[in-house]
Amino acid sequence: MTRAAPGERRAAREKAKLARSRRGQAIAVISTIVVFGGAAAIVLNSSGWPVVQEQFFSPEAFKTSFPRILEGFWLDIKMFMVIEVAVLIIGLLIALLRTTGTAALFPMRMLAAVYCDVFRGTPVVILIYLFGFGLPALELSGVPKDPILLAGIALTMAYSAYVAEVFRAGITSIHQTQTDAALAVGLTRVQALRYVVLPQAIRRVRPPILNDFISLQKDVALVSILGILEAFKIAQIETNRDFNYTPLIAAALLYLVVTIPMARILDHITARGEINS
Amino acid sequence: MIGPVLEIQGVTKAFGERMVLDGIDLSVNEHQAIALIGASGSGKSTLLRCVALLTEIDDGDILLDGGVITDPSVNPVDVRRRLGVVFQAYNLFPHMSVIDNVILGAVKAQKVDRREARERGRALLDRFGLGGREDDKPDQLSGGQQQRVALARAFATQPRLMLLDEVTSALDPELVGDVLEVVRDLKKEGMTMILATHEMSFAREVADRVAFLHEGRIVEIGPPEQVLVEPKRPETQRFLRRLLAAGRA
Repeated sequence: MTRAAPGERRAAREKAKLARSRRGQAIAVISTIVVFGGAAAIVLNSSGWPVVQEQFFSPEAFKTSFPRILEGFWLDIKMFMVIEVAVLIIGLLIALLRTTGTAALFPMRMLAAVYCDVFRGTPVVILIYLFGFGLPALELSGVPKDPILLAGIALTMAYSAYVAEVFRAGITSIHQTQTDAALAVGLTRVQALRYVVLPQAIRRVRPPILNDFISLQKDVALVSILGILEAFKIAQIETNRDFNYTPLIAAALLYLVVTIPMARILDHITARGEINS
Repeated sequence: MIGPVLEIQGVTKAFGERMVLDGIDLSVNEHQAIALIGASGSGKSTLLRCVALLTEIDDGDILLDGGVITDPSVNPVDVRRRLGVVFQAYNLFPHMSVIDNVILGAVKAQKVDRREARERGRALLDRFGLGGREDDKPDQLSGGQQQRVALARAFATQPRLMLLDEVTSALDPELVGDVLEVVRDLKKEGMTMILATHEMSFAREVADRVAFLHEGRIVEIGPPEQVLVEPKRPETQRFLRRLLAAGRA
């Protein structure tokens, strides 16, 4: 048996690799066509499709409702942007409270634990009802009556409880030896937290927090139950007027426009984190 | 300054039922280097952590420059600012550049001007063979380089006493030399230090005295040529024989 020259073996290997990758691509294309084409064929050939198409995908209904829904969507955007900032601040404060051992803060720590349990464990819809209708009903002076503000508070409460737990997990995941090293160079406990533990913890929890924000950006639609005219509420009104559901599809597209980029940013950060670690 | 830099008097420490330090007495004079040797679990690391006030002692006293530092009324932060600690696993701050690791203590604890601290830090890194690596992140460096950064970080605050906890134990053998070179350099400069170590030849070369720890007690202490070459106590003899058999002495 003759020994092939090294160059030949390499060429043969590369040829085989190329063939393998071509075959892989072909299979991917064919299976995509079969799966999606098949699903489309089933939907489009169903007996109810013409009715569904008219009720959910009517171009005219889309055209008339979309500008109004878009206008309402600005309110969604403004709300979730403000809420996200508030959630980050309150969530971090609660997490810090729950991770410190200072004796004087014991009652605060207990309160923080209860806060997390209660607001994380209650359905967001119910919180919005309670804050939106319950608080103003008390008729206390100084209690805000603006439903947008009240709904914002309810969402902030619910999501800051989630985000606090994420921050807390991040903080406790930073190894004790990091605090030791920080103390050893002469930092105080607060400085060690501020300059050594928190920066690492925050970097680590960015993906789960962005994930919660994606969830929040859709849940803003829940404020519609207080009669706030945001995208979903307007879509609902449009739907009821013409008995056509297309406006809901239009609203759904708008939510996707903000959540999908967020998901891509999240993927990007996660991928970069994996490379770094 | 007359009198020892560090005095350890009858220090005990138990973790649960286990006595880790069982009545330690030790004093370290200025410009002296003391090597702590002994098997894993003999209490070397715990003793260093107790001096750095990272672990609380149960009984006894530790004095730094004549003042008790283990009294509950003493602020540990003020004490640690006079010490430099180097850990076995380096414990560098992974999110900071090399230079920021080195100057964090100077800038945040001692309030040294940032520009001045950077200048001093850079000179220190140069001296420790790390010139040009200031802006790298720790994970871009080899283990030996990381440990030298950790030494620079501990030295940058101009400590009164340095505590080195098995600084070469986590390193590949070919990287040990550069780290020991830095320790040698510090010793030559007159730095007072306690070093827990498994490197007997290095202990012999750099230490003024060697203390052998066994089950939380200093069983034997003296000049290296005595403790390492002609140990009196059977525990010390057994320990050194075992090291020799393992090819480490």
